[in-house]
Amino acid sequence: MSGAAAHEPPGAATGAPRAGGPAARLRGAWFPLLLFAALAVALCFLALPVLAIFLDTGPARLVASLGDPSSREALRLSLITTTIAVGIVVAVGTPAAYLLATRRFRGRELVVTVLELPLVLPPAVAGIGLLAALGPQGILGGLLDDLGIRLVLETAGVVVALVFVSAPFHLRAAQSAFAAVDRRWLEASRTLGAGEARTFARVAVPAALPGLAAGVALAWGRALGEFGATLMFAGSFRGITQTVPLAIYDRFATDFDGALALSAVLVVVSAALLLSVKLLARDHGADALR
Amino acid sequence: MAPMLSAELRTRVGALDLDVALEVPARTCLALAGPSGAGKTTILRAVAGLLRPDAGRIACGGEPWFDGARRVFVAPELRGCGYLFQDYALFGHLSVWRNVAYGLRGLSRAQRWARAVELLERFGVAALADRRPGSLSGGERQRVALARALAPRPRALLLDEPLSALDARSRGRAGRELGRLLAELEVPALLVTHDFAEAALLGDEVAVLDGGRIVQRGPAPELAARPASGFVADFTGAVVLTGAVVAAADGERPLTVVALDGGGEVRSTDGGEGPVAVSVHPWEVTLEPPEAPSAGSASNRLAAEVVSVTEVGNRVRVGLALPQPLTAEVTGASVERLELAPGRRVVAVWKAAATRVTPR
Repeated sequence: MSGAAAHEPPGAATGAPRAGGPAARLRGAWFPLLLFAALAVALCFLALPVLAIFLDTGPARLVASLGDPSSREALRLSLITTTIAVGIVVAVGTPAAYLLATRRFRGRELVVTVLELPLVLPPAVAGIGLLAALGPQGILGGLLDDLGIRLVLETAGVVVALVFVSAPFHLRAAQSAFAAVDRRWLEASRTLGAGEARTFARVAVPAALPGLAAGVALAWGRALGEFGATLMFAGSFRGITQTVPLAIYDRFATDFDGALALSAVLVVVSAALLLSVKLLARDHGADALR
Repeated sequence: MAPMLSAELRTRVGALDLDVALEVPARTCLALAGPSGAGKTTILRAVAGLLRPDAGRIACGGEPWFDGARRVFVAPELRGCGYLFQDYALFGHLSVWRNVAYGLRGLSRAQRWARAVELLERFGVAALADRRPGSLSGGERQRVALARALAPRPRALLLDEPLSALDARSRGRAGRELGRLLAELEVPALLVTHDFAEAALLGDEVAVLDGGRIVQRGPAPELAARPASGFVADFTGAVVLTGAVVAAADGERPLTVVALDGGGEVRSTDGGEGPVAVSVHPWEVTLEPPEAPSAGSASNRLAAEVVSVTEVGNRVRVGLALPQPLTAEVTGASVERLELAPGRRVVAVWKAAATRVTPR
C-alpha cells in the first residue's frame, strides 16, 4: 500500500500541466487529482489479486472443483462452524456489549482493552494461547476432560478458535452501535412501563441494528478466513477440522489449480455474506436512523 | 384518596447540590422554573426513577417510590410516571401509532391500535398514525409524545421543557393546547421550564429554583408582584436596580426612599433597610417628555436617556439609561408621540406601589 503514496500519480504530475490549458486553473486542481489517483492505485492493488483468482480459474474449473467431494466437505464444514461460532458470538457478545455501552463502572476501560486484545494478537499466538488454556495440558484441560469434552483436533475446537478470533469484531461494533442509541429512548421506554430486558429487546437492539449487522458481517468474514489459530488448536483433518482456508493451504503445494478454485469459492461466499448483511442493515438502518 | 405527589430529596449531581421538598396535589400543575443548571430536570428524573437521589422520600398517592432511609427504590417501569422529554424522545424505528401503543399492555394488537389512534385523534394527529417520527414537524412530535406519555394512564405527568423544542411560531398555539390539557388532567403534573412566562401560562403554581433550592413558591402573579428576592424579581421579567435605603417607611412616612447606585432616588410602598434590590416590571413604566409636569410623590420620576427601541410583537421595548439600565414596555403610539429614538431624553415614570424592594 505504501507504493500508492510514494509513486507520483502519472496523470497529475506529467500529462496535465503540459496539456496547454491555463496553468493557474490546473494548479488549483492538483489536489483532487491526487486524491483520485490515490484511490485508483488502492483499488487496483486491492482488487487485482481477487480478480486474478477468477481470471486464472475459469468457470469450468470452478464447477469441476465444486464436484470434488473434499472441496464440498471443506465448504460444508466452514459454513457450519462459522455459523455456530457467529451464533455464539452474537448471543453472548451482544448483551455484553450493551452492558459496556450503557453502564459506567470501575475497571471498564481495562475490560474493554482485554476484550479487544485478540484483534491485534497474531493467529499463531491465539492458537498457542488456546492450547495453553483449553488443550489437554492446559489450565482448564483437566476440567474439560472430566466433563468428557474434547476440543483439540475436533470440530468443536474449530468453533472455539473461530469464536476467539471473531468475537472482538462484533463486540467492538455492537458496543459503538449501542453507545450511539439515544439514551432518552431507553429512559422513555422505562417510563412507559418496559423493564430493562424489554427495553433492550424492543428499543436498543432495533435502534442499533445497522451497527449490530456490521459487527456480524465483520465477525463472520473474520471467521470464514480464520487459518492460524484453527490450524494450531484444532489441526487440519479432512471432514473434521479442515475448513476452506486450511484446505486451500493443504492443496496449494500439490494442486495449485484446485487451491485456486477453492479460493474463488471462498471469495464468492464471503462477498455474498458481506453484501447480504449490508443490504439487510441498510433496509432497517434507514428507518432506525431517522 | 386523591393521588398527591410528594418529593423531598437531596442529591449531588456534578457541582449542583440539590435539596428540595415539594408537594403536588391531584389536578394541579406545579411549574418548576429556574435558569439552566438550577436542578429542574434532576428533580423530574428523580421522581421518574431515572436517577436515584442520595437521600429523601418520594411518594405518589401514599405509595412510596423512594425512601433513602428504608432503602426503598421502585424501578421507573413500575412507577407509572408519564414523562414528556425535552426533545420528545420518540422511538425513530417505530411508526407513530406504535410509539403511542408502546406503553399499552395486556391488549391485542387491534385493541392497542384502536387505543393509540383514539389518543392521536384527541391530539388531532390521527392522520400521522403510520408515519415515522423523523418525518414529523416539531409540533406534531410534541403531540405524539404527549399521546404516548398519557397512553398507559400515568399516575403523574412529568414535562421537561415541553415547548422549548418548538419554533416561536408554533410555541404559542402548543402552549395554549397544553394548558387546556393540563387543566383537564386528573393527576398531579410537574413541569420544568426556564421561561417564567411559560411557567405562568402552564402552572397553577410556580416554584422558582436557583442553585438547587426552591427560593419561592406561589401563583405566578403573586411571584411577579411580591418577589422574595432580586433573583426572583429578575426571573419574573422585572427590571432590577441596585441601591441603598436612605429612609424606611414607618408610621409617619408612607414610602421608603432608596438612593440608586449611580444616582437617582426611587420610592416604594415596601419597607426595607441597607443595601437593596429595587424591581419594577417594564409594563409598569411609562415614558413622558422631560418638560411634563410632575404627577406627585406617589410616583417615581427619573430622567433617562433612550438607548434602544425594539419592537416585540405589538409592544415596543425601550432600553433606558438612568444611568443604571432600565427597560420600559410601551405602545407603538407612545413611540410616535414621544419621537422615541436612541439619544432622546425622557422621564421614566412608575408608581411607588409597583416598586418592589428586596434585600440584597
